[in-house]
Amino acid sequence: MSFLEYAPAPESTAILDLKPEYGLFIGNEFVPGSGESFVTISPATEKPIARIANGDAADVDRAVAAARRAYDKTWSRMSGRDRGKYLFRIARLVQERARELAVAESLDNGKPIKESRDVDVPLVAAWFFYYAGWADKLDHAGLGANPRSLGVAAQVIPWNFPLLMLAWKIAPALAAGNTVVLKPAETTSLTALLFAEIVQQADLPAGVVNIVTGAGETGRLLVNHPDVNKVAFTGSTAVGREIARSTAGTGKKLTLELGGKAANIVFDDAPIDQAIEGIVNGIFFNQGHVCCAGSRLLVQESIHDDVVDRLKSRLETLRVGDPLDKNTDVGAINSAEQLARIRELSEIGEAEGAERWSPACDLPENGFWFAPTIFTNVSTSHRIAREEIFGPVLSVLSFRTPAEAIAKANNTPYGLSAGIWSDKGSRILAVADKLRAGVIWANTFNRFDPASPFGGYKESGYGREGGRQGLAAYLKGGLK
Amino acid sequence: MSNHVTVPKTYKLFVNGAFPRSESGRVYEVTTPKGEFLANAAQASRKDARDAVVAARAAVSGWSGATAYNRGQVLYRVAEVLEGRRAQFEDEIVRLQGVSASAARDQVDEAIDRWVWYAGWADKYAQVAGNANPVSGPYFNLSVPEPTGVVAIVAPQDSALVGLVSALAPALVSGNTVVVIASEAFPLSAITLAEVLATSDLPKGVVNVLTGSPAEIAPWLASHADVNALDLVGAGALEWIDLEIAAAETLKRVLPPEDGPDAAAPALGRITAFTETKTVWHTKSLI
Repeated sequence: MSFLEYAPAPESTAILDLKPEYGLFIGNEFVPGSGESFVTISPATEKPIARIANGDAADVDRAVAAARRAYDKTWSRMSGRDRGKYLFRIARLVQERARELAVAESLDNGKPIKESRDVDVPLVAAWFFYYAGWADKLDHAGLGANPRSLGVAAQVIPWNFPLLMLAWKIAPALAAGNTVVLKPAETTSLTALLFAEIVQQADLPAGVVNIVTGAGETGRLLVNHPDVNKVAFTGSTAVGREIARSTAGTGKKLTLELGGKAANIVFDDAPIDQAIEGIVNGIFFNQGHVCCAGSRLLVQESIHDDVVDRLKSRLETLRVGDPLDKNTDVGAINSAEQLARIRELSEIGEAEGAERWSPACDLPENGFWFAPTIFTNVSTSHRIAREEIFGPVLSVLSFRTPAEAIAKANNTPYGLSAGIWSDKGSRILAVADKLRAGVIWANTFNRFDPASPFGGYKESGYGREGGRQGLAAYLKGGLK
Repeated sequence: MSNHVTVPKTYKLFVNGAFPRSESGRVYEVTTPKGEFLANAAQASRKDARDAVVAARAAVSGWSGATAYNRGQVLYRVAEVLEGRRAQFEDEIVRLQGVSASAARDQVDEAIDRWVWYAGWADKYAQVAGNANPVSGPYFNLSVPEPTGVVAIVAPQDSALVGLVSALAPALVSGNTVVVIASEAFPLSAITLAEVLATSDLPKGVVNVLTGSPAEIAPWLASHADVNALDLVGAGALEWIDLEIAAAETLKRVLPPEDGPDAAAPALGRITAFTETKTVWHTKSLI
């Protein structure tokens, strides 16, 4: 065994007590779905995990009706203090079942266990804990006295952070007094269904949280349901656009958290070792399946070669493989479909003249895998510099002056996040002012916190999740 | 009795700090409610709308980059100049809307007071809408609202001045620039307001006023890729859902139509509706 090789250290799946088949979660009970059920697989092995119900129009109707009843009869009438206590219960139950949830998430999604264990699940608990405390303090949310809840919230979430996105959606909605119908992504329903068990354990009033699994069509039915008052969507800009069109004129309040193509700007005075770690975390965290990933690296010309060299030697040490192994840095790509898209855009990158590089790594035979990849000699017009790849692929560009860095960073229809690396505080603040992005990380990247608002400018969507602003997205009283 | 032969004003558009005619050469008749001829107003075209967006985009960097104190002073200056020209506004409103002199006076009073109210928000709204975030880790973390960019407005159609002011002023407070389609029936006060703006130290292009048919012009603004937000406050009589659908193509921020005397009532929310919350994380060193 050579340096940096480790014996396998897989997390045991024995902690899981999964059912062979899951129904929809409506009115605090699991009920069969009307559509044809489908199998959720582990993207690391392609082995089936469980059968998942497929919600059709009648199921969506039932779920929305359950949410409406719960809203009218219990949740909107309950004191904020009591609502908060239910959310605290959920936070505690998530903490108690943290290991189980982390294993299930890595199994179903393909992300490394060290991320689901140390990032996703702790943040889920933190999110419920944070918003639990807001439930009886809504007068201070910034909307004036006595802000009102909206009603039934339709929430559609992506597959990259399945349980965390659920928490981002459900915690503020419930704290504000809304009831929800949530649709997880087709490939990652498992932890949402385990969360449904937690809802039962917490003894939430029936119908406050409803989970309808299914594919895109189920989500479409949900957001277009006439008895829904709020729509919150995280996913692609293309689907976000479609939702913005279909909810136009309906009065449904809309929050959209969409795509990104974040610039990660490294100035010549940056702390280089720290920056290398930040660049790696920025694009290879969660296999790059991150809407705010630092997918465009902008390096000041004078240090370009040094940064690229160090980056390459750092990538040589990344361990790609079994998501359940505690030593894994980069897990499996979530689906065959996503893998095909990453491959396609990478091939286009080569065809357009960029230089492709990956470290030597043995990828498992089964499952969906893509080696960490760097493209150098990328120009701003290349598709790999413009389109969201949503995979472990970094495009490296260079710049000479801060003004050029800002112009290149802002040269995108997206505006979700950005990174700045420099030792000079005044430069960081000046550049941060000029970047058109909703979240800016200075000398760090991909940090998330329930107290910190997250969301984009321009075609990365609108509305914020997290913090006081994230609460306001579920309240009215608004224009005061 | 004076034998002075009056010199009527030619009402033109206000784009990029200048008062051009419509490139289309078109005008339309503006009349009193009884149908008496008052003036010809420019009937803006698609190209005028696009020119206005170009001017507004070019003005974003300077206006949003000005200090909040400076924006507040310029906006307050607008109220001062508006006050000084109140007689002209009152006279126009009486003729345009067919209301009494006292009703016109009330409308001008309200317009001035609203403008002053918004001017005072310029260096305060970020303190109210932004905040420090106590994150779990060694980070300095601050959320601050910023202007969204270019805002297209369909002004309230049922008033000559106060509706326009109520939609325009809040969009400017944070540093957005504006292309506004004036009331079709009452466009003259809008152009007179543009004369006020042109002489109040407001940089060129920050406000661009189009007169003409909102039904004709609004779709071009709603679908324009370089417009960031759309205020449909005065679009209730248009096919406004289609406008909102067009705006979805580039994920514009949209405010819906409002009706009645309370339309676009003064509110902090009208300022924050066209802002973006930017959150900056910065590491703290270990000491």
